[in-house]
Amino acid sequence: MKLLSARRRHPMALVVLLLVGLLLTGGAYALFTSNSSAKAQEYSSDDVAQGQKLFVANCATCHGMSGQGTENGPSLVGVGASSVDFQVGTGRMPLQMSGPQGQVKKQQFNQDQIDQLAAYVASMGPGPSVPEGDYLDASKGDPAKGGGLFRTNCAMCHNVVGAGGALTRGKYAPNLQNVSEKHLYEAMQTGPQNMPIFNDANLTPEQKRDVIAYVRNASEEPSPGGFKLGALGPVAEGLFIWFFGLAAVIGITVWLTARSK
Amino acid sequence: MTSKDHDGAAGGTLDTVNGFTDPGLPEHKPRITDVEPAAAKVAERQVAAWFILSMIGTIWFIVSYFLFAPDGSLGRLRLQNAMLGIGAAIALGSVGIGIILWAKTLITDAEVTEDRHSIAGSAEDQAIALEILNQAKEESGIARRPLLRNLLIAAVAIAPLPAVLVLRDLGPLPGDALFRTLWKQGVRLCQDPGGVPEEDRPIKLADVTIGSAFHVIPEKLRESEDPLNEKAKAAVLLMRIRPEELNIEPGRENWSIDGVVAYSKICTHVGCPVALYEHQTHHLLCPCHQSTFDVTNHCKVIFGPAKRPLPQLPIAVDSEGYLVAQSDFHEPVGPTFWEIHTRSTDA
Repeated sequence: MKLLSARRRHPMALVVLLLVGLLLTGGAYALFTSNSSAKAQEYSSDDVAQGQKLFVANCATCHGMSGQGTENGPSLVGVGASSVDFQVGTGRMPLQMSGPQGQVKKQQFNQDQIDQLAAYVASMGPGPSVPEGDYLDASKGDPAKGGGLFRTNCAMCHNVVGAGGALTRGKYAPNLQNVSEKHLYEAMQTGPQNMPIFNDANLTPEQKRDVIAYVRNASEEPSPGGFKLGALGPVAEGLFIWFFGLAAVIGITVWLTARSK
Repeated sequence: MTSKDHDGAAGGTLDTVNGFTDPGLPEHKPRITDVEPAAAKVAERQVAAWFILSMIGTIWFIVSYFLFAPDGSLGRLRLQNAMLGIGAAIALGSVGIGIILWAKTLITDAEVTEDRHSIAGSAEDQAIALEILNQAKEESGIARRPLLRNLLIAAVAIAPLPAVLVLRDLGPLPGDALFRTLWKQGVRLCQDPGGVPEEDRPIKLADVTIGSAFHVIPEKLRESEDPLNEKAKAAVLLMRIRPEELNIEPGRENWSIDGVVAYSKICTHVGCPVALYEHQTHHLLCPCHQSTFDVTNHCKVIFGPAKRPLPQLPIAVDSEGYLVAQSDFHEPVGPTFWEIHTRSTDA
């Protein structure tokens, strides 16, 4: 204490004080903000090595031997583990055939292999990591807030209840009703294919959880008004009435006016 | 004369008109229920069965009202709705089918011909009508009292005038409302959380990473006079594209920052929100009529019924790093209208 009070008028004291203050606020800021962003998952070097083997065998044809991209596939540097977990976990990658967009199919790797691939791709450059379980718990989200966010950011492509819809030139926004919470989160985070990316500044992890809660709510609630007809909106309902309703009316009219034998 | 008297040859006795002869009524064929009492019995039983089915439907409606009483869950409510609907459909539908079946099989099917009669009344009737009119003219004195007649005409003539005042209340005319939005110099771009937000979430340039799409409203939207109408005009889509992919027109060089561009979200066709952004092809698709806009070419229309490109909002960064508008849109947003070229926007 004596030492401190003796040197408090030293010309460097102000500089030292400023430095200490800056470090403290910076540290505290990092501490508080890291709470609201998904934390990096730890991968061992063994995972990375195994992932590289899988990558070279299954992905390198299109993405290049070191993931740098070729004319047939984009670079994977910086796409992050989350992107791999989504693309491979939903079976979109490895791509079965080229077309307007990758199709969902039975996944080709088990979760351990997907984690190894993700570890290898994450080692190429920093990118979003696989989300924490806390942000995937739909029961903690607010479906009402999520509904507002969904209708503003998602509904124009995915339909108001997430039933999916058409895009340009053969592309489409998929149905979300049977997509897992983790894959919903990863899709928002990484923007697969033509979907825009919703980073943590656009939709915070809590808001993403609200959106997930809304999607769960919208797809699990029964429909008190009768058949949903795919929840595709007025087109599906109009077609149903056009074909089945009108056919019934025509049938009754024919029967009414037919001569009896 | 009923069709039972027709032998199918009646037309032959009529005159030829314009080269055609009246074919007459087709020959009357008796129904199976008319000639076979057993068939009539079967038909009677069928009709009776429909009426009994209708009663079962009514009873089912009443039973299911109590049997499937709602317990607060949507699934239960749906079940009750379905059961009530089935009951009501059977009750009413079966009565209808039974009556029609009765008419078709058992009620007599005699066909009757009635000739049209002349439309004009007889000379006697016409004379009586004329007399009544003349009598009314005399008794009311309308010809003898021109003052009353003219005042009556004037009173009726001005009666519709109040309608002009009522119709005036449909106004006032929109004035310049179609030519300006809430955007002006220095207004921050804020995130749209749906509805009218309680608090503004301004967007920093650094938050808009490549591939992002932000749905944007002007700050202090809720303080404006009519927030929802203002939002409908001012809604903007903010995107970041690699700067080398953008083809920037001369005169618009400083309207975007490092590939961050902002365009009106209101379709220039009929005003739907255009927000289906594909971040790899940079196409913006309108969900209503499939108008497609190319974001890399100042939202030029590349497909569909829209005629004008989406208006671009010139943006800048303020001293704190937040995105702000440089001015209002340089052209009216939304669908084209007759007076669109009659004045310019505030920008």
